[in-house]
Amino acid sequence: MNMPILKSDVRPAIPAVPAKAATVLPLNVPRTSFTRNRLVPALAAVAKRTIPPIIMLGLLLTVWQILCAKPGATLPAPSQIWIDARDLIVDPFFVVGPQDIGLGLRVLTSLQRVAVGFGLAAVVGVLLGAIVGQSLWATRGLDPIFQVLRTVPPLAWLPLSLAAFRDSRPSAIFVIFITSIWPIIINTAVGVRNIPQDYRNVAQVLRLNHLEFFWKIMVPSAAPYIFTGLRIGIGLSWLAIVAAEMLTGGVGIGFFIWDAWNSSRLPDIVVALAYIGVVGFLLDRLVAGIATMVTRGTAAN
Amino acid sequence: MTAYLLLDHIDKSFTRGSVVSDVLREITLAVEKGEFVSIIGHSGCGKSTLLNIVAGLIPATNGGAVLEGREIDGPGPDRAVVFQNHSLLPWLTVYDNVRLAVDKVFARTKSRTERHDWTMHNLDLVQMAHAKDKRPAEISGGMKQRVGLARALAMEPKVLLLDEPFGALDALTRAHLQDSVMQIHVRLRNTVLMITHDVDEAVLLSDRILMMTNGPAARIGEELTVPLARPRRRLDLVANATYLKSREAVLKFLYERHRFVEAA
Repeated sequence: MNMPILKSDVRPAIPAVPAKAATVLPLNVPRTSFTRNRLVPALAAVAKRTIPPIIMLGLLLTVWQILCAKPGATLPAPSQIWIDARDLIVDPFFVVGPQDIGLGLRVLTSLQRVAVGFGLAAVVGVLLGAIVGQSLWATRGLDPIFQVLRTVPPLAWLPLSLAAFRDSRPSAIFVIFITSIWPIIINTAVGVRNIPQDYRNVAQVLRLNHLEFFWKIMVPSAAPYIFTGLRIGIGLSWLAIVAAEMLTGGVGIGFFIWDAWNSSRLPDIVVALAYIGVVGFLLDRLVAGIATMVTRGTAAN
Repeated sequence: MTAYLLLDHIDKSFTRGSVVSDVLREITLAVEKGEFVSIIGHSGCGKSTLLNIVAGLIPATNGGAVLEGREIDGPGPDRAVVFQNHSLLPWLTVYDNVRLAVDKVFARTKSRTERHDWTMHNLDLVQMAHAKDKRPAEISGGMKQRVGLARALAMEPKVLLLDEPFGALDALTRAHLQDSVMQIHVRLRNTVLMITHDVDEAVLLSDRILMMTNGPAARIGEELTVPLARPRRRLDLVANATYLKSREAVLKFLYERHRFVEAA
């Protein structure tokens, strides 16, 4: 139906225009819509987030290289680190001897201690926080004590715990425990105190017992606060493990730094710092990720 | 006394420092089984306080409430409350909110499948079975209030306490829910004590309306029986003489009292 009309009405325009449009469009449209329209924006989004940090990192390394490459510089330049500590950077999991192992393995040892210490702190902290938040008397009695104790630096606990446990392993774990427990207690208590009266009324009408109230009302309602405490706690415990291991020894990442300092292996220390930073960041992300998973729906009302 | 629910000379005063403020004085009320009683009054007169005393959430200063011959000394599922702001737990689905109550109240008397069926039955009753897997944040205010009602009904309470249950809803949703409550009341013959500040709502739903004077020290000023046959239909009552008369009586009480207090 269209062709005769076109032919008869617009004769001079036909030979040039339809021929071009017909050949160009069908070839291009499917390709762009299926591959580029989806893949390219996705890659662009990734690039938008990854390229700026890479550029900044490159700039920082360049400045560092320029500053430390001069003769007489006290700290090693990145190029020097790459040459001296290549085995540490390239393979995190090598095992040569009992004290000569990759940094990944050392980090895992440290993480084990953090897991035990922080795990204990999480359980005890949430329980204590629940009690403190629930009881006005306990709040008045314990809150000032917690506020004072939480300011004590991690390492200040170490001599006491060494005296108490007479062994370095439990001492390090205790230092992590005692460092990370305060924000967990305090945040849980605030969360419990902020449970809306409505939910308490519901619990009362249903006659929930203490255990049911704890699991069905208190934990879900206070979850956002609890996870804030856990996030601060995991950060602090990672700070504490490195410091504690420097003094107690063993195969952890903290002791590695101390050992490297004693044998003047500065490049190794820099690599270890990068490891510690990345692992600390991942730990924080991990707890934050669990928090968003668990507290989905809790905040919205 | 033989009344099903008896409020016996209830006084309530709150003490803040050395200041004692009387909220309720000498509230006496007998509710029969299956009766729908409304308490109406201006805001701040202490009607919600009275409901909380019956619920057992706060203690009376003097006097007390007796339900089926047993004195009320704390909250319990035999006096289920539909709260003004629904009070659903936001981390539970609609089904789980009701199921929590069912599991608690019928832990020993019903099997697991019976509890599931009972939960669904009550959601059906308020026409919310279709949204059973939604969370409270995903449903409208009227729907939340329906679920709150289902949760209360599921406890099979001796007295259903409604604390301005439709106060926060728009007029159309409110009317819809009032119809639902009337249908359920006709079906189940619950004993209901409702707090409201809406004159039409009180007249439409109640067998008896208690009008409270303004605070401080609010009393029950007047009592009105609404002699309308059930089931009642909203549209039939628009021009009904008894309905209009009852409505007028409540309005007169509220606005004459109100004026009286302002002048004093």
